[in-house]
Amino acid sequence: MFFWSLVLIAVGIFSSFIYGRSRIKLNSKKQGTKSKSLPNYYAQYVLMWCLFPALIVYFSWAIFQEQIIQNIVISNFEFIEGAAYNEGLLLAEIRNVANNPSFADGKSIEIINAASHYSSLRQISQISFYLSIIIIMLLGALYASRKLKPEFHAQHTIERYIQYILIFCSSVAIFTTIGIVFSLIFESLRFFAEVSIFEFLFSTEWYPFIPIREGQTAAEGSFGAVPIFAGTFLVMGVAMCVAAPLGLLTAIYLAEYASQRVRKIVKPLLEILAGIPTIVYGFFAFVSVAPFVKAFGQSIGIDASPTSALAAGMVMGVMIIPFISSLSDDVINSVPQSLREGSFGIGANKAETIKKVILPAALPGIVGAFLLAISRAIGETMIVVVAAGTAPNLTGNPFENVTTVTVQIVVALIGDQEFDNPRTLSAFALGLVLFVITLFLNIIALQIVKRYRERYE
Amino acid sequence: MSNSKILANGVDVYYGSKQALFGISMDIKEKEVTALIGPSGCGKSTFLRCINRMNDLIEICKVSGSIKVDNEEIISSSTDVVSLRSKIGMVFQKPNPFPKSIFDNVAYGPTIHGLVESKNDLEEIVHSSLKKAGLFNEVKDRLNEPGTSLSGGQQQRLCIARAIAVNPEIILMDEPCSALDPIATAIIEELIDELRLNYTIVIVTHSMQQAARVSQKTSFFHLGELIETGDTKKIFTNPDNSKTQDYITGRFG
Amino acid sequence: MNNSVAKEKIVSLRKKRSLEDMRFKYYGFTAMCLSLAVLVFLLYTIFSKGYTAFQKTIVLLEVDYNQEVLKLTPDSSDEEMEKGKFFRVKKQAIENFFPDLSKSDIKLVKKLFSINVDKEIKDYFLDNPEVINTKQQIWVTAHSDVDQLLKGNSRRDVPEDRRKLNDIQLSYVDQLVEENRVKQVFNNFFFTKADSRHPEIAGVAGSFMGSLFTLFTVFILSFPIAIGASVYLEEFAPKNRITELIEVNISNLAAVPSIVFGLLGLGVLLNVFGLPRSTPLVGGSVLALMTLPTIIIACRASLKAVPPSIKEGALAVGATKTQAVFHHVVPLALPGTLTGTIIGLAQALGETAPLIMIGMIAFIPNIPTGLTEPSAALPVQIYLWVESAERGFQEKSAAAIMVILIFLFMMNAIAVFLRNRFERKW
Repeated sequence: MFFWSLVLIAVGIFSSFIYGRSRIKLNSKKQGTKSKSLPNYYAQYVLMWCLFPALIVYFSWAIFQEQIIQNIVISNFEFIEGAAYNEGLLLAEIRNVANNPSFADGKSIEIINAASHYSSLRQISQISFYLSIIIIMLLGALYASRKLKPEFHAQHTIERYIQYILIFCSSVAIFTTIGIVFSLIFESLRFFAEVSIFEFLFSTEWYPFIPIREGQTAAEGSFGAVPIFAGTFLVMGVAMCVAAPLGLLTAIYLAEYASQRVRKIVKPLLEILAGIPTIVYGFFAFVSVAPFVKAFGQSIGIDASPTSALAAGMVMGVMIIPFISSLSDDVINSVPQSLREGSFGIGANKAETIKKVILPAALPGIVGAFLLAISRAIGETMIVVVAAGTAPNLTGNPFENVTTVTVQIVVALIGDQEFDNPRTLSAFALGLVLFVITLFLNIIALQIVKRYRERYE
Repeated sequence: MSNSKILANGVDVYYGSKQALFGISMDIKEKEVTALIGPSGCGKSTFLRCINRMNDLIEICKVSGSIKVDNEEIISSSTDVVSLRSKIGMVFQKPNPFPKSIFDNVAYGPTIHGLVESKNDLEEIVHSSLKKAGLFNEVKDRLNEPGTSLSGGQQQRLCIARAIAVNPEIILMDEPCSALDPIATAIIEELIDELRLNYTIVIVTHSMQQAARVSQKTSFFHLGELIETGDTKKIFTNPDNSKTQDYITGRFG
Repeated sequence: MNNSVAKEKIVSLRKKRSLEDMRFKYYGFTAMCLSLAVLVFLLYTIFSKGYTAFQKTIVLLEVDYNQEVLKLTPDSSDEEMEKGKFFRVKKQAIENFFPDLSKSDIKLVKKLFSINVDKEIKDYFLDNPEVINTKQQIWVTAHSDVDQLLKGNSRRDVPEDRRKLNDIQLSYVDQLVEENRVKQVFNNFFFTKADSRHPEIAGVAGSFMGSLFTLFTVFILSFPIAIGASVYLEEFAPKNRITELIEVNISNLAAVPSIVFGLLGLGVLLNVFGLPRSTPLVGGSVLALMTLPTIIIACRASLKAVPPSIKEGALAVGATKTQAVFHHVVPLALPGTLTGTIIGLAQALGETAPLIMIGMIAFIPNIPTGLTEPSAALPVQIYLWVESAERGFQEKSAAAIMVILIFLFMMNAIAVFLRNRFERKW
């Protein structure tokens, strides 16, 4: 339905364009004056007044149709006294029966009735959808054609409309941010209505198993997120232990020692590290690194689990090497030559110049690069999901398996999702924490890098 | 006695807080070539760009005073700048043909102003503009090639053709030959001589010899002030002002 | 005396310092080589674990298409033939696979064959109905356990209870090898079939199409919006607080973790707007929001690089600002923008977490044909296969990774080619 209506709209706007163009030429002839703009602009004017109302209808239907139909069906549903209902499952059943009549066997009569109600509502909706589109396109074209007089400077109006469209495009970013903040906060508030914020932030028991379906038995859940935060920091710590020295030393070598040819080859190769999908790193961590860590741990007498913070952290470290090396390379390169010359002039050798003059000068920029890398490490999901484990574990031992914020978000949302159950909502609370922390880190990092640039430019 | 085409009165231009032009008043007659001369930074390009409101592109630039084109004030917020610029063409110091074909370069102006009804009319305008700019014979077999494939001198003539194609009454030229070799310069100067029969031309030039060769009237600018203006012959043989005398004898500039 | 001691000190200090200098350079060089070595090792691991997935194991099976067993006649119509009792034919073929099989043996033999064999026996007949009442030697797909054993991915030297195939089955397999009744051929299933619970017939066709549809959606949504935003910010926006706010927003969005976008998709697109779950439409919308900042940054850089003289030339001829920008500046900025778009799409291709959040993680055993059909995507498929317990999926996940890496490589190569070919040095 939504595809064919697009075809309909396309036909509509095409004809409105042709109509507009011939109409203005006619009007100009009749009046004997030349139109103020070129005919194509008048045609575009009619087209816009045809297209945009149609798009509004299209999107309203696309966005709200399902909700409205579902609300009507539910409100007319013949609920049985005393029986407990899960609205989500009920709707799914009704939809299934409506789409596949063969599924009707064995379902209650209420469901079958509701399903036929659903189907008929959909039909009504479809017919009225097509009618609305056709009518609104005609109305729009009619309204616009009344303005098709030669004195009307269509080009000005069209150019103003274009400005509006451009402004709308620019505000998509703002809408996205608002959407993120709004959905995170909204669902988190619902979470914190059931779980106290203190428990979340300070308790050390994360056991989020609250019965979702009837008949599931489980203990009352507890939502202390400390082990999760600890896991995130442990993995991030391991990652930085790998990435910081490797990335920084590589950057120093590339910036100060390597020839142009080497730089030209190595820099793109390191960029490849950044471009590899994280699931590939996860696979690598799981298949090669984790067994190695386990064997290594056993050889030195530590009982290492098959998925460990060490495995995930090391691989994550490799992934963020390019973040540190690229940014640090730029930063080191932008330290003014005059500082180097001053140092060499006193007779210091290259290593001393780097360690004592250049690095301290580049320090803010490097710190900024580190913060950005940390932010990336904290927000990383797939490597940890595959290689670190999903059981919360409050420990400082990297050989054990831990879980992170990102993993728990995934775990909370796979499977049954009930949006008034704290288990599902916990994902949003965790997401909010993640968003705030990474935003914070990024802002600080950018500020530091900005102030550093101001110093040297 | 030819009529005033451009009448400037008390024009001041500020770049931020720095004043670049001080009370310029000038009378530019139609179907003549008027040259603006003076040392670097004296404001002649700035004044030229006021005439077609190109200074609007620079945010910190403020223009006050009066400039009347055909007795209509153009330094006012109610001026239709777009149609003003179709009446006044401009050729820049460094040739800037569009990265399109030679044909499309010239055709662009007439197309957006709706000056042509049919493809044939468009072809006619392009061909005649290129002829008037003295470029047609050299490019008639390769009108589809990009404008940027021409030599510097040819590119500049293409830009002149482009400006002519919208049928302006005034052509402003901002040091049009400074990026060209002597032969190309000579061709353009000849062209200017032909063009002045149909268009009012104002040319900014660094070269006094060029001004002497090409123009009928000359105005001498210095440090943002209009020092002297008059017949070219007089300015170059017997100027009234001593500063003018110093400039043309090479004491400075 | 003192002088020579002092001189010695200076000389030894200088030696120490130059040693330190060399060491420092060596550290840097080692760090760089180590990083590159990990990259090489990673690619090697993937290749070595994945190349076996491009082969499948097939077994020679003698099938007797007896019309009594099939309950068909040589004149049966097409419809009737569809309903032939092929499972009986298969049962017989297995019973006769080796001479003198006991009932328990037959059960073991059955486990050597893929579940797809039923379909293969049937398809062979439907393609060649003239084989009715004849005995045919058909090559059919072996079970994943046999496949993995022959590829060397599973070990024989562990105790029986830790193996998938018991000793008797192992001896059967050995016998087949000796009698040349088993061989390995190119695994077309990997490219033509969608996901399956059985590794030997699992393929990437479904998730590949899902990724294709998703990327298509990303492009359609993000490309025009990104250009619109860039043009506005570069050419038309006034320098005020609102513009600054927009620019800050865009650079912040570029740094938000991908999983948060997934939550946005879940919370808003699925919950509030009720869009269909697990579809490329929703997945593509979420990824489009993530890709926007990348394209905007590339587009703005390209717009900035267009020399102002071009715009001035257009304005001087009497074009309006809108005309000058859209007729002249934007076309010149397109190559750079396209390059950035391709790079952004390549990043989107590899994204997993947001797609998991909006449900593209369901088990979809068929190949999707549209934007609004539930489907999986390549990276999510890889994740599912990695997490699967069955050994046969490990080589499949590595092979799927190879597929994704090849596409990423191609896309980046195209982007670099475009950049070199069309970049103008102004």
